[in-house]
Order: sequence, then C-alpha cells, then structure tokens
Amino acid sequence: MLIEFFLTLKKSGIKTTLKELLDLIKALQLGVIKFKTEDFYYLSRSIMVKDEKFYDRFDRAFSIFFNGISDLDLEFLKNEIPEEWLRKQFEKTLSKEEKDKIQSLNDLEELMKKFMETFNEQRKRHEGGNKWIGTGGTSPYGAYGSNPFGIRIGQDGNRNFSAAKVWDKRKFINLDDDVEIGTRNIKVVLKKLRKFSRIDGQDELDVGETIRKTANNGGFVDIRLKPERKNQVKVLLFFDVGGSMDPYIKLCEELFSAAKYEFKNMEYFYFHNFVYEGVWKNNERREDVVYLDEIINKYGSDYKIIFVGDASMGIYEITHVNGSIEHYNEKPGELYFKRIKNHFDRLVWLNPIPKEDWEYVQSIDYTRYLTENKMYNFTIDGVNQAVKFLSK
Amino acid sequence: MKKFTSTDTYIATPDLELAVNAAMSLEKPLLIKGEPGTGKTLLAEEIAKSINTEIIKWHIKSTTKAQQGLYEYDAITRLRDSQLGDSRIQDISNYIVKGKLWEAFESKEKVVLLIDEIDKADIEFPNDLLLELDKMEFFVYETKENIIAKNRPIVIITSNNEKELPDAFLRRCIFHYINFPEREVMEKIVNVHFPKIKKKLVSEALDVFFELREIPGLKKNPSTSELIDWIKLLLSDDIPKDILHERDENKAIPPLHGALIKNEQDVQLLERLRFMLRRGK
Repeated sequence: MLIEFFLTLKKSGIKTTLKELLDLIKALQLGVIKFKTEDFYYLSRSIMVKDEKFYDRFDRAFSIFFNGISDLDLEFLKNEIPEEWLRKQFEKTLSKEEKDKIQSLNDLEELMKKFMETFNEQRKRHEGGNKWIGTGGTSPYGAYGSNPFGIRIGQDGNRNFSAAKVWDKRKFINLDDDVEIGTRNIKVVLKKLRKFSRIDGQDELDVGETIRKTANNGGFVDIRLKPERKNQVKVLLFFDVGGSMDPYIKLCEELFSAAKYEFKNMEYFYFHNFVYEGVWKNNERREDVVYLDEIINKYGSDYKIIFVGDASMGIYEITHVNGSIEHYNEKPGELYFKRIKNHFDRLVWLNPIPKEDWEYVQSIDYTRYLTENKMYNFTIDGVNQAVKFLSK
Repeated sequence: MKKFTSTDTYIATPDLELAVNAAMSLEKPLLIKGEPGTGKTLLAEEIAKSINTEIIKWHIKSTTKAQQGLYEYDAITRLRDSQLGDSRIQDISNYIVKGKLWEAFESKEKVVLLIDEIDKADIEFPNDLLLELDKMEFFVYETKENIIAKNRPIVIITSNNEKELPDAFLRRCIFHYINFPEREVMEKIVNVHFPKIKKKLVSEALDVFFELREIPGLKKNPSTSELIDWIKLLLSDDIPKDILHERDENKAIPPLHGALIKNEQDVQLLERLRFMLRRGK
C-alpha cells in the first residue's frame, strides 16, 4: 500500500527516495501516529517532502491517491479490472448531468471515449484563469490519469468526503516553482541572483589560512589563496514598458530595484515592444534617448544582458523598416537586436507570458529565435535557468 | 519517550507537533523553514523545555565552517607555547578545542542541538556535516580518536531559505515549513504571551495586523514576533483604550508602528496611503 503511495508521489514529480519510504514505514512502526488520515498526511509530508515548493504537488498527489484512483494506464484498466468497478470509478468523477448523459452508453470503449471528451471539454472551459491546469502540458501524471482528476480536485475535491480535507485546501499553491512570481517568490529569486553575483572573482591571499597552515607546518610558509567574494557581475537590464506589459512592469521593477544593491554595475533601460536605434534611461522623460551605439561603445562584452518583455506585437514591428508603432525606424528592429546580441557574450530574455503559449504568438516565437533560444519564463524556475546560463 | 505538544508558552499546530515527534522517534534532524519571525528558533527551546533537557545552540554565520562544530586544532597557541618551552605542547589534545557538536555528543543525557540559520553558511556546509549528523560520530585526526554520541541529540536545524540545501542533506532530515499562522492560531499565540489581555484589544490589534499584512508592496511584512512586540508596547504604553478603534483618521499607520514596520520605505508607503485616503474623503 505504501509502495503505491510512494510511486504516486514519484510520478507527481516529488523527489523522494527509497530511504524516505523506509523512514516512513519505520515511523509508522514506532507508532508516531494513530489511525487518522490527517495525521498520516502530516507525517508523510514531513518525511517525504523536503521543500515547501513541493507541498502543493504533494497535496495533489495525496488527493489523487486517497480518492482511491491512481493513474493506471488504459490497457491495464481494460485488462485487469472488472468493468463494473471501473465504470463506478469513472462515474464518481462525473457530475450528475454528465452521468445522465453517459447512462445510455453500454460499451466501455464508448464510455471511455465519452469520458475523454468530457474531460477535454472541461479543460477548455476551465483553462482561463486557473493556472494550475495550464501547467497540464508538463504534467507528470501521464497521459490519462491525473488531469481529469486534477480538474476535479480544485473544483469539488471534497465531494467524496463529508468535510474538506487539508490537502484539498491547497494552501501552498503559491510556493510551487511553476507558479508565476509573487511577492514572496521575488525574494527567493533575488537570493538566486546574489548567488551568481558571488561566484565570479579572482584569488586573493587568505591571511588567516596562511598563518594557520604555516603554523601546522611547524614554521614553513605555506601560502593559501581564496576566491575573492567581490561583486563582479555587471548587468544591463532592458524593460519593455507600456501596452501589454503594463500588468507586469511593477513586478519587474520591484524585482530588479531590490536587486540593485547586489550589483555594483547595473543599468536600466526602457523600450517599447522592441528595441530600435535608441532606448530610454527614464521612462517618464522619453526625450532622453540613449542610442544603441553609445551602449555598445560604453559597456564591454562581459556585461550580462537581461531583456524583460512579453515580446507580443505585430511581427512587422521586428522585421520591417518603419515597423515601429511609435516612430520611423530606418532599419528593422531585428537588426538592432542582433547588434546587441553580437556585442555581448550573454543575453537572456525573460517573458512573463506562460511558456505554453509562446509558439502561438509569432512575434514571441521569432524573438525566441533571435535570442538563440535563450528566452525564459518569468517564473522562479525560468529565472533560475536564465541565471544559470548567465553565470556560465 | 515524551511527546512534544503545545506548551503554555508556545503554540504548535498539529502538523508541527507531528513533525517534531516523527523526528524524535526516528532520531533524525528536523529541518524547519518559514518566514522570519514565525518562531523557528524558539521551537528548539520549547522542545528542550518540554522534554526537560538542555539545549546547545550553534548559530551559523557566513564564515562558519562545518569543522568548527566538531573541533578546532589551535595551532597558533601551540606554536607560541613551543617558543616558550611550555610542557603542555607534548600532548596535542591540549590544543583541541571542542565544538558544539562534540559538546552535544558528549552530554550524559539526550540534549537538543540547535543549528540555527544553516543557510547563512557556505553552500558546502551541510554536505560537510552529512556523516556526522547521520551516524552521530566523527573522527579526530590529531588525536586519532573516534567520538561517538552517547545519546543521539535531537537536532533542530533552521533555515531562512537564502540558499538551497543539497539533496543528500535533505534526504537525511525531516522537513517542516511553518506556514504563517491563521487568525485563530494567532489569537492563541497572543493569549499565550499575554494571558491577561482583553479580548477586544486582541481582536482589534489583529485586525490592524492582518490588514497591514495585506497591503501590497511592503518590503517586510510584519510577522508573529513583531506582533508580540507591538502588543507589548501597546500594553506598556497604556494608550487610550479606543485608539485602535478610531483608526479612520489614520487608518494606514497604526499607533507605535515602529514595532511592526522596520523599514523606512514601508513607513513612507503607509504615509502616502494615508494621505490618499484622507484626500479621498
């Protein structure tokens, strides 16, 4: 029974190992808890999950498991399990109208087909604001199992129970990695940036360690060096402002103004939709244009470039002369962008639009191509990857 | 063994109680994370109190090395002694300085060992302690002796999430994340700290407090410890009873806000908000 539980957790992407399963069994043997599901929930969580960002995933997996449905594959279902039981299980997850609708269907195949249809329908209907379904594409639960139930869990997860369960409350949803950055998460990201700002550096003499080693040697001088912990990273930030970026701009500024003290050399610039011959230093005084030539002359190629923008615009704004919606640009935007890209060694683009949608917007797809696939999601995970690339 | 429960000075939620008890039964370190000011450090003291034992605290700084928790070889004193011809120099064990872990291992009864803010140290720090925490033993190279814990201490480790901890280390821990307390729990916490406080004051103070936490854009949200400090101030200052009640006029800034808000920009933000509220009338 616990092995099944363990596998469910594994499948939902929680990094847990056999050692922890054994610990859990041992804890049960020692009688840490009595026979309450809730206690088991707390106990297994504290043993199997080692990071609060996985709490939400754990809640979901737990819910799936304790609803008595694990994600078996279709063939297995058909071969191993009595049809009658299976039908009941499926019916459990359907609403009353849906049940009535499928009552007329006799064949299991048909039932399943119908079930999949309903599921697809539901997904469409619910996708809107509910981020947690949006992650469906990368959902680790396999093709069939979890998504229908995933939808169910949030919607009316406590249908089969008399009272709402702790794990169905999903209190920890905003601690998950894939969720967009929130105020709490910003702090965590900042710490990531700090990490990479300290990796760089040169060796300096470690006085204390040298003395100690020399003393250990009985007087022979043994010189020790240590990496300098200076802030060597230089960053240029380009923010997309106005229009479609309005909802995100505060987020961006919050993120990077707080990061400012971490970077000795950091500059901000603003642009609208795409870069052309100049950018602004101050968003309120747009007449002060800083020309791209100046930037390329002034800042060495070791500066790290971070673009923050949704890259959502008409494709002509990137590819055409006079494509800009604000002024007459003599050369297409992509040319200017390529000049930046060629001058600097490391460039990333952070995009607040969910990654799943990128391929549907031509301009995002093209911008991604221009960045040589160095476009990352503006989520903890995405920023993490971007930082990793920048600090290489 | 005695189980850990909420005490009359510390409110632990059921999930926290369970995590502590699981860690004690399995004899594994308990890793506690959570917002600053949610009582992570306090927890270790309370565990020690509730099972009636000593607590050994090891506060971690950015320069702390794992070795310092075990022991340090004081080579410099030895070098100096050798210049002076001190006879102590013959025995190297005179220059071995015991660390906190050694202290805990040596103790006659089971103690609580608090490793506070482990994330402040170098990234490799947790890795350097893997075996020591797992097997509860280590080897002293200078004197060739093996130190084994007489009683496995209850190890409580706190982290503020400044660095990620290595997987191998996490595997060996029981983990608990202290979520920010909900209102009912908060009320209990306040009551534990101020048993004689009037209900009305608590509820009004909590109103102000949770309202404050909901204001977007604050650099540092006030947390439990700040709330406790603030109520202490309110009580000792003997402020007029209804000052919290008459908040309309200065809604955005609570009285004696210094205890709640520790950041200049946050105070400015609140002042701007108040100004806007007034003008809005």
